[in-house]
Amino acid sequence: MNELGASFSILRNSAIISYILKGIVFTLIISTLAVVLGILIGSILALVRNYCTSKKTRVFKVLATIYIEVFRNTPLLLWIFICIVFCPCPELFATSMFGLTSVETKLLFKGSMALILFTSSIIAEIIRGGLNAVPQGQFEAGHSQGFSTVQTMRYIILPQAYRNVVPTLLSQVITTVKDSSYLANVATIELMARVKKLLSSANHYNGTGTINVSDVFVLFGVAAILYFCINFSLSLVVRRMQKGRTAATHMR
Amino acid sequence: MSELFSVDAWEKVWHYRSTFFLGLGNTVKTAFFGVLLAFVLGILFGLMATSSKKGLRWISRIYVEVIQNTPVILQMCFLYYALAFSNHSVSIIVTGILSLGIYHGAYMAEVIRAGIESIPKGQFEAAQSQGFGYIGRMYYIILPQSIKIILPPMVNQIVNLTKNTSCLYIVGGADLISLTYSFVTGVNTGGAYAPAYLVSGLLFFVICFPLSMIAGKWENALKKRERTMVTQQQKGEVNAT
Repeated sequence: MNELGASFSILRNSAIISYILKGIVFTLIISTLAVVLGILIGSILALVRNYCTSKKTRVFKVLATIYIEVFRNTPLLLWIFICIVFCPCPELFATSMFGLTSVETKLLFKGSMALILFTSSIIAEIIRGGLNAVPQGQFEAGHSQGFSTVQTMRYIILPQAYRNVVPTLLSQVITTVKDSSYLANVATIELMARVKKLLSSANHYNGTGTINVSDVFVLFGVAAILYFCINFSLSLVVRRMQKGRTAATHMR
Repeated sequence: MSELFSVDAWEKVWHYRSTFFLGLGNTVKTAFFGVLLAFVLGILFGLMATSSKKGLRWISRIYVEVIQNTPVILQMCFLYYALAFSNHSVSIIVTGILSLGIYHGAYMAEVIRAGIESIPKGQFEAAQSQGFGYIGRMYYIILPQSIKIILPPMVNQIVNLTKNTSCLYIVGGADLISLTYSFVTGVNTGGAYAPAYLVSGLLFFVICFPLSMIAGKWENALKKRERTMVTQQQKGEVNAT
């Protein structure tokens, strides 16, 4: 019981609290960035894979398919390792900022690159699902109204496709928040890595001079609660949306 | 990138090929037993989620929500360090099997719950009225009908579990990715980045791609059948009016 009290005393240290809070901010920024850029790249990939079917553009479809399948069937950690070696890093990110050293910002940039590439392949498949759910008649209707193919896409197909996939995209945000913890393998930037680092030096903070089991429970427990709060609130939104949707389809 | 075409680097990879096979073996072993555990947990909690007892439903709900909303790396670290600091250390592979099994068990439970809930309630009542017990009802009536809905997402979970074996890196790692990493950063073996990553990526791809292909095919077939069923229903409604 004494050890448990000592472990909780770690959390009374304001420097440690702010250290953990910074980790949450980084986790949120990295995952938001990954999802937003993932939607951008993923949309292009999905459109290319679905609609570049003519002889001239076929090669793009094949390339997009290869990209999507390769990223979906290999682990994220492999891509993080690959990006750390091979991804070029612009000078802008090779300086120290956001309270990170220059080495860490470099790793942050490269790791986020890997996460963005990986997430975009998954989001591409999600958006493709949305595109496929739009009935073929919508294209014909668009064309018959004098819309060009691009206009049909822009004003008729894409809005419906995005509307279809909003809940799935939101659950992908949850997955990305969780996936951002993979960066803990290479750098101490986001929440998971920071908590792990705190654990390895817990003997300096809890006053007992050793790392105890209770430290593991308290520190990882705090991290778990934080992740849970972020993700559970998102999943509540998803569930509410899906409920509204099924109600709407039943009304029709 | 240049070492991708250097003969030396490829020779190095070939010379240390046993490292890759060892990693592949560990990954497959972890994935296999992890899938088994996930399967058992998934069936157990999936059935609990659809039971008529509120307490069981709540237990299943809490398990699924807590596990699905926290990262698997966190769970793995928690398990590993909690056991290590309380002097019950287990091997890395066992840690992997346990944590991946528990993590994907939550997803399997959701898959199975969705499968069972997709069966109309009348089927349960009909089975009950014919004198089937709980197990007979599930096995003979519900399972054959829901298996088509359950299988595609379940195969996807197997793919994800195989990919997630790479998480073991954070607790010391014995799986393919971790061994590849220690190969490319090792003192004697280091340097052959591109060939080594290519090989281990390829090995993962060879395992995962066929599985996700099958899952995708099944899913599409299912969707197509659903769509034709809906259009048939709509036609029926039109005819009726």
